[in-house]
Amino acid sequence: MKHHITIGIGPAVFRVGSAWRDPIDRLASLYAAYPVLPGAIADFSVRLEPVSPLRRWLRPSIFITGDHGLAEAAPMSLAHGLLAAEMGMNLQMALGWRRHLLLHASSVEKDGRVLVMTGESGSGKSTLAAQLGERGWRLMGDEFALLDLESGWIFPFPRLVSLKNSAIGVLAADVPEQRMGPLLAGTAKGDIRHLVPRSTAIDRMEAGGQPALLLFPRFGGDADIRPVGQAEVFMRLTQASTNYVALGEAGFRALTRFVQNVPAHAIDFPSGEQAIAMVEQLWAERA
Amino acid sequence: MSAALLVQALRQPASVAALDGAGWNALIAAARAERLIGTLALRIGDGPVPEPVRRIWADARREAERETRQALWEADRAAAALADWDGPVVLLKGTAYAAAGLTAGEGRFIGDLDILVPRGAMADVEQRLIAAGWEWVKQDPYDDAYYRQWMHELPPLIHRDRDRMIDVHHTILPLTARQKPDADAMLAAAVPITGKLYILSPEDRVCHAAAHMLADGDLAGGLRNLWDIHCLLADADLRKLDARARRHGIAPHVRQAQRLADALYGTGKARLTLWDRIVLRRLLARDGWGGESRKLLRSAFYIRSHWLRMPPLMLARHLLTKWRKGHRPG
Repeated sequence: MKHHITIGIGPAVFRVGSAWRDPIDRLASLYAAYPVLPGAIADFSVRLEPVSPLRRWLRPSIFITGDHGLAEAAPMSLAHGLLAAEMGMNLQMALGWRRHLLLHASSVEKDGRVLVMTGESGSGKSTLAAQLGERGWRLMGDEFALLDLESGWIFPFPRLVSLKNSAIGVLAADVPEQRMGPLLAGTAKGDIRHLVPRSTAIDRMEAGGQPALLLFPRFGGDADIRPVGQAEVFMRLTQASTNYVALGEAGFRALTRFVQNVPAHAIDFPSGEQAIAMVEQLWAERA
Repeated sequence: MSAALLVQALRQPASVAALDGAGWNALIAAARAERLIGTLALRIGDGPVPEPVRRIWADARREAERETRQALWEADRAAAALADWDGPVVLLKGTAYAAAGLTAGEGRFIGDLDILVPRGAMADVEQRLIAAGWEWVKQDPYDDAYYRQWMHELPPLIHRDRDRMIDVHHTILPLTARQKPDADAMLAAAVPITGKLYILSPEDRVCHAAAHMLADGDLAGGLRNLWDIHCLLADADLRKLDARARRHGIAPHVRQAQRLADALYGTGKARLTLWDRIVLRRLLARDGWGGESRKLLRSAFYIRSHWLRMPPLMLARHLLTKWRKGHRPG
């Protein structure tokens, strides 16, 4: 394709091609601290194509596809090209990654131990991880946690953090402006701004850690902490994994081990500050 | 053109030694787009390839093993569902190749389970599959009626627990196609794999694959279909094949498939017609990113696929009905 860039994120290398220059320029600027690998052999190719030949020029509209794609993927405006590229990379991971059990979860690390947080979109797991990443934890990822099939460790996938709506203001207060991407207003998920993780998250993006705590955060409601039983954790994590079925027996073994070894709690919280306090408390109390 | 790279790599695995990073990326993207990545990984092996490609090969091999395992399990489930029906279940395409351990099945992507049963037994078979948990996918009465009246298979059924599809065929081409293959002869010549599961004879396998590729459809997935044919030809007796193809009324298609397979995966010595060359151009229409190129040619083949399936008046009626239902060509 006319414009392209090859980037390493965690264990994966992406080749992103675009019919337009702008999304690639924006990627290059936001991923400047990541390994940029021109000519490297990529694990996945992502393509940002015009939905039809005319739409390259006229009200440009992006169809996101690549090695793995969804025929019914919604077209996106060129103004949201950066988001399209991010979604294209996520799509490859969700549909194509087979080297780890992929959990739709955020994760942060401290002293070599990993806190994993999973939940629906809007649960606050991504914001919470980003906040912890600014407060002495190493951010490992806001979208996917990679569970190693052999060692049972969690490995990072520290792509840009995708902040949505009110989370943008929360993090913008903590983070220097040069680590924030442009505001993408009016996307299908509302306003989005990307956050570049701190350099330690990127420099150590190949370093995994032993999972020590699993949380199911839920933003809204009174503060509450409840233990979650193994059967429920197992069911919820199979639903939070895009490749559990595809990995077959290896996925089952890795997930059972994780569920049996990692204590799990559901936490409800009315504010980010309270959530952080609850996380620190649970972390201190763990085993 | 990355499809040409893919063909070259399958024909001559040692040729990959000359690839640089961009070349590998183009090859891998094309192989994924054509669903030949597992085949390619097994054919090339780990020897001459850089480390990142080895990891991709390992993924592809694992995926192919899963495909095979899943396909054989579906075949086993279908056999169990039809155990008290007194007839052989003839496996078609990928599942058949995997079950019979054929080269064509090595690393192959396998989608739905395709089986062939006598037309007279369709109702019996359908009833037993539904009793065993398969359900209708197409709820639309027009689609359902269309399948039952004009197609060579039942409307697709999907299993409610395993989410896998089965296509029950009674012949190998739509009833609206100009060629009328002799399905009874195919069933009679089928060879057993297990007590209940059968595979077409070596010659009928080639006939089916060639008919499927060249007398039906728009050549989507054509490089994979042609690779199947290339592998299947090795087991066929060529003289018998010619007689068999004539009996099924698809001799020109089978001969063309032989020429195309030779041109892309074989010696490259076969003399090609102008039409062969056009088909080859369509087969190789992929860019270095795995994307579709030669859009006009692709569209022409798409339109042709409908033309092949239906006489003009019927096609017009079909398109009108579909249009009214809101369907627009992709």
